[in-house]
Amino acid sequence: MNKSSFDPTNAVCGGFFILVGALFAWQSLQVELGTWLRIGPGGMPLALSLLLILLGAIILLSALRDVGEPIGAIAWRGILFITLAPIIFGLTVRGLGFVGAVLITSLFASFASLRMTPLRALALSAALTVFSTAVFSYGLGLPFARFGPWLR
Amino acid sequence: MDLLGNLALGFATASTFVNIGFCLIGVLLGTLIGVLPGIGATATIAMLLPITFQIGDPVSSLIMLAGIYYGAQYGGSTTAILINMPGESSSAVTAIDGYQMARNGRAGVALATAAIGSFVAGTVATVLIVLFAPPLTAVALKFGAAEYCSLMVVGLVMSVALAHGSVVKAIAMVVLGLLLGLVGQDVISGASRLNFGLTQLGDQLNFVAIAVGLFGVAEILRNLEDERTREVLMAKVTGLMPSREDFRRMVAPILRGTALGSALGILPGNGAVLAAFASYTIEKRVSDRPQEFGRGALAGVAGPESANNAGAQTSFIPMLTLGIPANPVMALMIGAMIIQGIIPGPNVAAENPALFWGLIASMWIGNLLLIILNLPLIGLWVKLLKVPYYLLFPIIMVFCSIGVYSVNSNVWDLFSVAFFGLLGYFLLKLRCEPAPLLLGFVLGPLLEENLRRAMILSRGDPTTFITRPISAGLLLLAVVVLVIVFLPAVRKKREEVFIEEE
Repeated sequence: MNKSSFDPTNAVCGGFFILVGALFAWQSLQVELGTWLRIGPGGMPLALSLLLILLGAIILLSALRDVGEPIGAIAWRGILFITLAPIIFGLTVRGLGFVGAVLITSLFASFASLRMTPLRALALSAALTVFSTAVFSYGLGLPFARFGPWLR
Repeated sequence: MDLLGNLALGFATASTFVNIGFCLIGVLLGTLIGVLPGIGATATIAMLLPITFQIGDPVSSLIMLAGIYYGAQYGGSTTAILINMPGESSSAVTAIDGYQMARNGRAGVALATAAIGSFVAGTVATVLIVLFAPPLTAVALKFGAAEYCSLMVVGLVMSVALAHGSVVKAIAMVVLGLLLGLVGQDVISGASRLNFGLTQLGDQLNFVAIAVGLFGVAEILRNLEDERTREVLMAKVTGLMPSREDFRRMVAPILRGTALGSALGILPGNGAVLAAFASYTIEKRVSDRPQEFGRGALAGVAGPESANNAGAQTSFIPMLTLGIPANPVMALMIGAMIIQGIIPGPNVAAENPALFWGLIASMWIGNLLLIILNLPLIGLWVKLLKVPYYLLFPIIMVFCSIGVYSVNSNVWDLFSVAFFGLLGYFLLKLRCEPAPLLLGFVLGPLLEENLRRAMILSRGDPTTFITRPISAGLLLLAVVVLVIVFLPAVRKKREEVFIEEE
C-alpha cells in the first residue's frame, strides 16, 4: 500500500460528518428551537448537528497529521446492480405486479457478480419468481396484485 | 412463588404448538442465512426482520425473531469453524482455534463443543434473566424522565466504548444515528422537520429499511469487493460426538465462559464480544497446555463460544427491563416491538406479562431446538457453504425487497433501502462501524422525548440532571467510561484487543 502524508480515509470521513452536520443544522433552523423550558422541535437536532460538525472537525484535523492508507477497492459494479435492485422493485411492483417485479429485480441483481452468465441468471430468476410467488403471494397471502395494470 | 407462576405463564405461552413452530422456523431460517459466509448475526436478523411482521401476533413474532437470533449466532459459529470466515466479531474468537480443529480433522467435535457450550450458557443465562429481570424492572419503574435520559446516555457511551476502531468516529456515528432518528414528525409539537422536503418519508424514517440497508445491503456490497474464490475447507465432518476426554476438558471452560459472559452481557454496550475475547485470554492463561492455543485447543472454542452466547442472552435484560438496547441486535428487537405497538421499557412486564415471560421461556426453548436440530442437520449447513455466492445475492436482494415493501406497502421504503445500503457501504469504507448508528437511531426519539419532559418537569432548569442523585450517578458513570476510553494506556490496550481478530 502506498502511504500518503495524511490519512485520506479519515479526511473524507471528517469532511463527510461536517457536511452532514451542516445539512442537519440548516434543516433544524427551519423549525422552532424553543427555550430551555419548552424545547422546540429544532432544539435537540441543532445541538446534535453542531456536535457532529465538531466531531467531524476533530476527525479531519487529526487525519491531516496522520499517515494512512488509501480507501481501497470499491465494488462499483455491485453498487450499481445491488443498490438499484430495490429501486427497480419499487418502480415496477405497482405497474407490473408482484410476479413481474420479482423477475426483473432478480435478473437485474444477478449481474452484480462477474461470474453470472445470462443463462444462469435467467434460470435463477425464473426459479426465484416461481418460489416467491408460491410462498409470499399464495402462501403468506401478501396483498399485492400478481399482475399489474401495465400487463392488462 | 411469584417467580414460578411467571415462569409457568412463560412456558405456557412459549410452548403452544404455534409458538414452538415459529421458534423452530426462526431458528432454521436464522441458521440458514447466518451460515452464509460473511453475513453476521445482525445482517441476518435485519434481512429476516420484515418476515416476522407477517405474523399478526406480537408474541409469536418476537419469539420467531429471538429464534432467528440464536440460529444466526450458531450459523455464524459454524462458518467460523468450517471455513474460518467469521461473520461477526464475536465469532472471530471461535474461528482462531475452531478452524484449526477443523483442519486437524476435528470439525465435528468443534461444532458439537460450540453447540453444547452455547446450550449450557443459554440455560444458565435464562435462569439469570428470570432472577434479575423483576427487581431491575421494579427499580426502573421509579425512574423519572431525567434518569431515563442519563441512562440512555450511559448506554450510548458504553456502545461507543465497545465499538471497534476510533472512539471519535463511533461517537460521530451515534450522533448521526440520533439525528436520523429525529427525522420526520416531532411527537410533541406535530411539526414536520429534518426531512429535506421529502414528505413521502412519512412520520419517521423506516426502521426496517435502515436496518436492511445498513447491515444487509452494505454487507453484500462488501462481499462483492473481492470475488476471489474463498478457500473453502471441505473436510468431511465426521466424529461429531466428543470423546469422554473432550467432555472432561470442556466443562471448566464452558462454566468460566458462561460466568464471564453473563456478567459482561448485562452491561449496556456490546458485552458479548468483549466476553468472548476475555474468555479466550483467560483460558489461555489457566490452561496446562497453553501451547495448544492457536493450534486447535478445545478450550479455545468452548470458553469463548459459551461466553458469547451467555452474553448475547443476558443482553436481553437491559432491553426487556429498561428498554435500552445493549447491542445492534437488541436495537432491532426494540424496533420490532415498537412496530408491533409495544412500548419497550419497564412497563412491558406488568402490561404484557405473556409477552415478557413467553419471550424468556422461548429463549431456553430456542437453545434446546438448536442443539437437537442443528447437530443432525450439520450436513445440510455444510452443503449450503458450497452454494456459490453469485447465486445468493439476487435471492437475498429479492427477499429483502419483498420484505421491506410488505411492511408498509410504501415504495419510498425501498428507495430508503438503496440509500442506506449505499450510505452503509460508504461508512464501512470510511472504517465507521454501523452498530452505534443503529443504537442512536432507536434511542433518538426516546432520548429527545425524555429530555424535553425532564426540562418541563424541572421548570426549564438544566441542572436537574446533576441535582437528582440517580441521574447524576449515571452521568458520572458515563463520564468515567469516556475518560477511561480516552486514557492513552487503555486506548492502546483497546486497539490490541480488537486487532487480534483481524
